[in-house]
Amino acid sequence: MFEEVGTTIDGDMIINVGPQHPATHGVLHLVITLNGETIKKVEPHLGFIHRSIEKMCESLSYRQFIYVTSRMDYLSAHINNHACALCVEKGLQVEIPPRAQVIRVLMDELTRIASHELWWGAMAMDLGAFTPFFHAFRERESINDIMEETCGARLTMNYMVPGGVMQDLHPNFQKRTKEFLQLYKRKIHEYDELVTGNIIFQNRMKNVGYLSAEDAVSYGCSGPAARGSGVSCDIRKIYPYEIYDKLEFDEVLETAGDSFARYMIRIREMQQSIRIIEQLIDNIPEGDFQTKTKAVLKLPKGEFYTRVETARGELGVYIVSEGGTTPYRIKFRSPGFSNLSVLDHIARGSKLGDLVAMMGTLDLVIPDIDR
Amino acid sequence: MFITKYIKDVYNGVKSLLVGMKRTLYYFTHHKEIITQQYPDNRDTLVLPERFKGEVVMPHDENNEHRCTGCQACELACPNGTIKVIFKNELNAEGKKKKAIDKLVYHLELCTMCNLCIEACPSDAIKMAQTFEHSVFDRNELTKILNNPGSKIMDGVE
Amino acid sequence: MWSFSNIANNLHEWLSNTFNPTMTLIIEMVLAGVAVIGLFAALGLVLVIMERKVSAWMQIRLGPNRVGPKGMLQSLADTLKLLVKEGLTPNGADKFLFNLAPFIAMIVAMLLMAPIAFAKDFQLWDLNIGVLYVSAVSSLMVISILMAGWSSNNKYSLMGAMRSGAQIVSYELSAGLSVLAVVVMTGSLQVSDIIHSQADGWWIFKGHIPMVIAFVTFIIAVTAETNRAPFDLAEAESELTAGFHTEYSGMKFALFFLAEYVNVFIVCAIGATLFLGGWMPFHIGNWTAFNHVMDYIPSSIWFFGKTFFLIFVIMWFRWTFPRLRIDQLLNLEWKYLLPISMINLLIVTAMAILKWHF
Repeated sequence: MFEEVGTTIDGDMIINVGPQHPATHGVLHLVITLNGETIKKVEPHLGFIHRSIEKMCESLSYRQFIYVTSRMDYLSAHINNHACALCVEKGLQVEIPPRAQVIRVLMDELTRIASHELWWGAMAMDLGAFTPFFHAFRERESINDIMEETCGARLTMNYMVPGGVMQDLHPNFQKRTKEFLQLYKRKIHEYDELVTGNIIFQNRMKNVGYLSAEDAVSYGCSGPAARGSGVSCDIRKIYPYEIYDKLEFDEVLETAGDSFARYMIRIREMQQSIRIIEQLIDNIPEGDFQTKTKAVLKLPKGEFYTRVETARGELGVYIVSEGGTTPYRIKFRSPGFSNLSVLDHIARGSKLGDLVAMMGTLDLVIPDIDR
Repeated sequence: MFITKYIKDVYNGVKSLLVGMKRTLYYFTHHKEIITQQYPDNRDTLVLPERFKGEVVMPHDENNEHRCTGCQACELACPNGTIKVIFKNELNAEGKKKKAIDKLVYHLELCTMCNLCIEACPSDAIKMAQTFEHSVFDRNELTKILNNPGSKIMDGVE
Repeated sequence: MWSFSNIANNLHEWLSNTFNPTMTLIIEMVLAGVAVIGLFAALGLVLVIMERKVSAWMQIRLGPNRVGPKGMLQSLADTLKLLVKEGLTPNGADKFLFNLAPFIAMIVAMLLMAPIAFAKDFQLWDLNIGVLYVSAVSSLMVISILMAGWSSNNKYSLMGAMRSGAQIVSYELSAGLSVLAVVVMTGSLQVSDIIHSQADGWWIFKGHIPMVIAFVTFIIAVTAETNRAPFDLAEAESELTAGFHTEYSGMKFALFFLAEYVNVFIVCAIGATLFLGGWMPFHIGNWTAFNHVMDYIPSSIWFFGKTFFLIFVIMWFRWTFPRLRIDQLLNLEWKYLLPISMINLLIVTAMAILKWHF
């Protein structure tokens, strides 16, 4: 097959991008076949950060396994925990109090903004603009401060528990969230000035990495990657959980299918999340933040599946229970894995420089892909 | 027309670049927008929120008494086997044997600060401390014994 | 009055009186060499700390503030670190070319120092084809990059070098054409002539809009020629790790790093000389009183002020813009910059013939 090391029989060049490479945020290994600067094939190799989270969960009780899932997609830790808590609640058939529902939705949306914030900075950095990365962190840090005050941690919170949330909201929460909303609105136009409107950036993004709606569906893409191609797939809209069906927000859709469409989806999604937070921040109902559940949770025998919309797409949690205190089998359907699988399809024929733009707009978080 | 489109392209492109440059110049000249915290220098003024999960500690009162009954709820709640309760037999006032904790061993190196032990504790004997500088040169120092030597359980805590 | 030219002249006189002419020449050459190397070291230190501070302030950070007062000695500490690091030569590399490449980069940068006028009558070599010399020698820079990329035996390096080759060769054209605009106006290739022709106003003001366009084209082209962002495709770190100097380490890497900054200084110095009057103070036509006030500021300060302003502009580009793709980079040159600067040169020539400038 290979004539000499690193060259195919056609004389194309094979280069390894990653697992230690500035372009792959994490330990993703891409084997790229290049003809000059043009990509002929991209082969993602996984497994560098596999921690067998699914197997670990089988030995942990239903209260304990949730904290592990913060380490999957560490940028939307709240939403991962939320999905697991929802699944356990589905098995236990408990209703959670309205206050807990609102807190969960608020935290989810804050997490979504924080995640998109980091993505925006990292994406601009991939394309060679360093400054937006630091500007994005200014807003992201203020969200992290809010999280830290209420949940006690900045990244891996373990705040959602079966039956509600672990602690009540901090008294400062409303004040600080409003401060954040103000800060965000004051700074949002800078995103356009620095990156979105920039002619170099637009040229780098437009007509790059085209993904048609059919391909998006057949590859199982979800989240902004699929919505950029015009596939309506927002779980918050089509299978509403918690109180999402009572909230006013739009499912953001773009039809162009290129990297710029996926970029704009996330930028506009942040504004929708702001809208949701604004609706809820003054209307947090009084009451319990947690339903009393038994000290030892036992799910009835059966199979339970829930899905939520993380910042990256659809996260499914599938629990098979034998009736004991630990799950018999857990499977996570992570959005990153399916979104990564489309990379080879959209990257063929484009330039090497486009690859980072595509990887950026797919918003890959490697621990989420590998688990 | 081709020429007008060409000139328009150049004009719009240059304008978008200048807008970006204006934004960076703003930050270049406005140093009050800098948000950097100089961490080791601001250690004295650094205030962490009271819920911050740094490490598990066991508060003792002035009589060297804690509230831990040794019910092992934390040990069961912990996903990682971070906490181990070691018992001893104590004679109480009436001369009866009573089970009490000898050592509550806490492995900081295994802890993921998930807060489940604090939630599980029925007598509020343990809580999260706001420390975060956990680096040590010897790994053994990370294995901590939470109760003070010679400490007793507080009266009235069952 | 104290000035660079006085010192140089006094030194020359003293040397001529003490030694025979050959010896004088040799001593002066050695002194010039030492001065250039000293200037290199100083420039490296100053420009690195400047870049780090500029980037930090644009990125709402503080920047280096630990070593020395306000972090001003940071780049010295970095240099010390690089000096004591091992200079690794990878297995399978062409050892001779690999070790030669950083020195070629430095030698090219040194050669470019020759025709630059740092202050009034203070110049290493005022040759009569100064501008031509500069554009000829600066294109040698690409050889060191190609050499480094090829000899590293690394695919990232090779791709970086090839990109850089295409880039520098293309952008030479529009840089040359915009320089030509000044040459057409002045009618001379000699650096001192060009500076003296700006005694009643800098070319960027005297030459109306075409000169401004030439200046902008020049700045864009030299940014690309020195491989600075947004044209840093040769070392695009998110695509090619570090491009042509991926395999370099220790002092050999530092030489590339230094050469980049010195090149930036040189192209900015040339830009300042051609368009902003070099060491020539800010003069307006025949406002004698105003011009005299301006003359009180030493010429070296004028020169370095203008140069550092242009360096700041180039750094400003770097910390604002994303990187271009290789085909867009070549499109920009061949579809936009080259036609614009060609038409511009035509207009400038017409202006020069018809004496439409001030």
